[in-house]
Amino acid sequence: MSIRLEHLNYIYSPKTAYEKHALKDICLEIPDGEFVGIIGHTGSGKSTLIQHFNGLIKATDGKLFYNEENIYEPGYNMKNLRNEVGLVFQYPEHQLFEIDVMTDVCFGPKNQGLSTEECKERALIALELVGLKEKYYHSSPFELSGGQKRRAAIAGVLAMRPKVLVLDEPTAGLDPKGRDDILDQVAYLHKQTGMTVILVSHSMEDIARYADRIIVMNHGEVMYNDAPRAVFAHYRELEQAGLAAPQVTYIMHDLKERGLPVDISVTTVSEAADEIMKALGGKDLGNTAAENRALRNRTPEAGALSNKTLEKIR
Amino acid sequence: MIRDITIGQYYPAKSVLHRLDPRVKLVSTLLYLVSLFLFRSIAGYLTATLFLIGIIRVSKVPVGYIVKGLKPVVMLLMITVVFNLFLKKEGEVLVQVWRLSVTTVGLRNAVYMAVRLIYLIIGSSLMTFTTTPNELTDGIEALLSPLNKIRVPVHEVAMMMSIALRFIPILLEETDKIMKAQQARGADFESGNIMQRAKAMIPILVPLFVSAFRRANDLAMAMEARCYRGGEGRTKMKPLRYKGRDLTAYGIMSAYVIAVVAIGRYVPLKVWIF
Repeated sequence: MSIRLEHLNYIYSPKTAYEKHALKDICLEIPDGEFVGIIGHTGSGKSTLIQHFNGLIKATDGKLFYNEENIYEPGYNMKNLRNEVGLVFQYPEHQLFEIDVMTDVCFGPKNQGLSTEECKERALIALELVGLKEKYYHSSPFELSGGQKRRAAIAGVLAMRPKVLVLDEPTAGLDPKGRDDILDQVAYLHKQTGMTVILVSHSMEDIARYADRIIVMNHGEVMYNDAPRAVFAHYRELEQAGLAAPQVTYIMHDLKERGLPVDISVTTVSEAADEIMKALGGKDLGNTAAENRALRNRTPEAGALSNKTLEKIR
Repeated sequence: MIRDITIGQYYPAKSVLHRLDPRVKLVSTLLYLVSLFLFRSIAGYLTATLFLIGIIRVSKVPVGYIVKGLKPVVMLLMITVVFNLFLKKEGEVLVQVWRLSVTTVGLRNAVYMAVRLIYLIIGSSLMTFTTTPNELTDGIEALLSPLNKIRVPVHEVAMMMSIALRFIPILLEETDKIMKAQQARGADFESGNIMQRAKAMIPILVPLFVSAFRRANDLAMAMEARCYRGGEGRTKMKPLRYKGRDLTAYGIMSAYVIAVVAIGRYVPLKVWIF
């Protein structure tokens, strides 16, 4: 079970003045259950890349394997692929259309051919998962606030129970709290159900906190494809690609330059705090590490599911 | 997909045609369209064809791109051809199937009509390919400005047109995005009977309308915030001024119209029934 890309190329509007080689010879593998971050500046091909994962865009050239099956073979069941690879677009709230939130979330499951009760049940779980309050289930999606709309739209994809969840900048335009809530919930879901998550983001901090592996896109090519620490070690090159490493990386590099013996490869604020304490006081304050662990594993405020519900979606 | 609709879009290239004054292009296009109906002989058609080929070459717009723009009107073309082909009763009968017959006159009319329509579309899309929407509305505004005297709000009309034109690509892109988002949720636009397909459009149309209104609202707000208040006393950053090449273009266009009418009338070229 995995997504594998072999020498994938994509060209927009070939042979016209608008021709654009958006993806160049992409080779990637995304194994099951991984939390992958995709990062790159505007126009680097991130969004084009992820639309290949569920077959919305057909590559100009190359192969894409899902579970070892080439999706470009004639007769491949695209509908099934789209059921298994859920894609949440940028600003997903722009796709809401039904008369109330509940019906809108049911749209995906209904297209999967499930019974009305089953759709309802899945919708309820998905809505609970994204932490949308019950009083909104029967209001028009257009009456909700921006953040609530976003949650409703994400629930619309989660209700399809995808095995792979792809999110294209799910936090764009949200306040810090809304951003943390949504990402925490995604991380929680990833941990609880073992779902593969592919997160596209601009924010190095967000990606550093959640992803097991980072894919850096630059001008339609894969620039780096490695663990966060290894990727951030190239912070100078990242800057040249119009990106930046997390602020922590800069602080640690500066501290080291000024003679403090710290490990420069840490990626989160609490890890950095730990390192600095160690370097300064000489004693290991294990509690920051514990705090860090707790932070990573914290259960989202809203949307924590009962064991029974979790049992169902696994 | 939906991005492939090229009719009415601007195609960026560096050509003389792109640099011409929009007024010249508007007037010339109109003249060309009218000229297509001023002759009824094959010699006239040949002249119009040669002229069109010349213009296409000068415009530097790829032929494939122009042909793609014809796709949406194929249906209309087919209907016209079929009506002309079967409903003309004059002339010699060529083929007879049941009660439908194809006559020489019918065949000739059908072919002529199809060619005329195709040239009409190519001619007018060449104008939009080589003129940005802004230039186009500037040109229309300038050409219609005499109507200001009889209290026609020319500037407002031109503004509305330019906004409408500007929104075509935006809404197309938006439609593409919404379609993909719904497809990702398992929506199916291709199968089913006509009722099911019409129903499948709802998940696209509702968000599209919502977004169109949102954009209109934002635009109105932005215009007001910059104190926009119509055409009265408004100056332009790039006022339209005729240059040497514009006068040459007018000259070429007049020469073409005279030539096509004269050739169409006086060159007795005859190939089979045409």
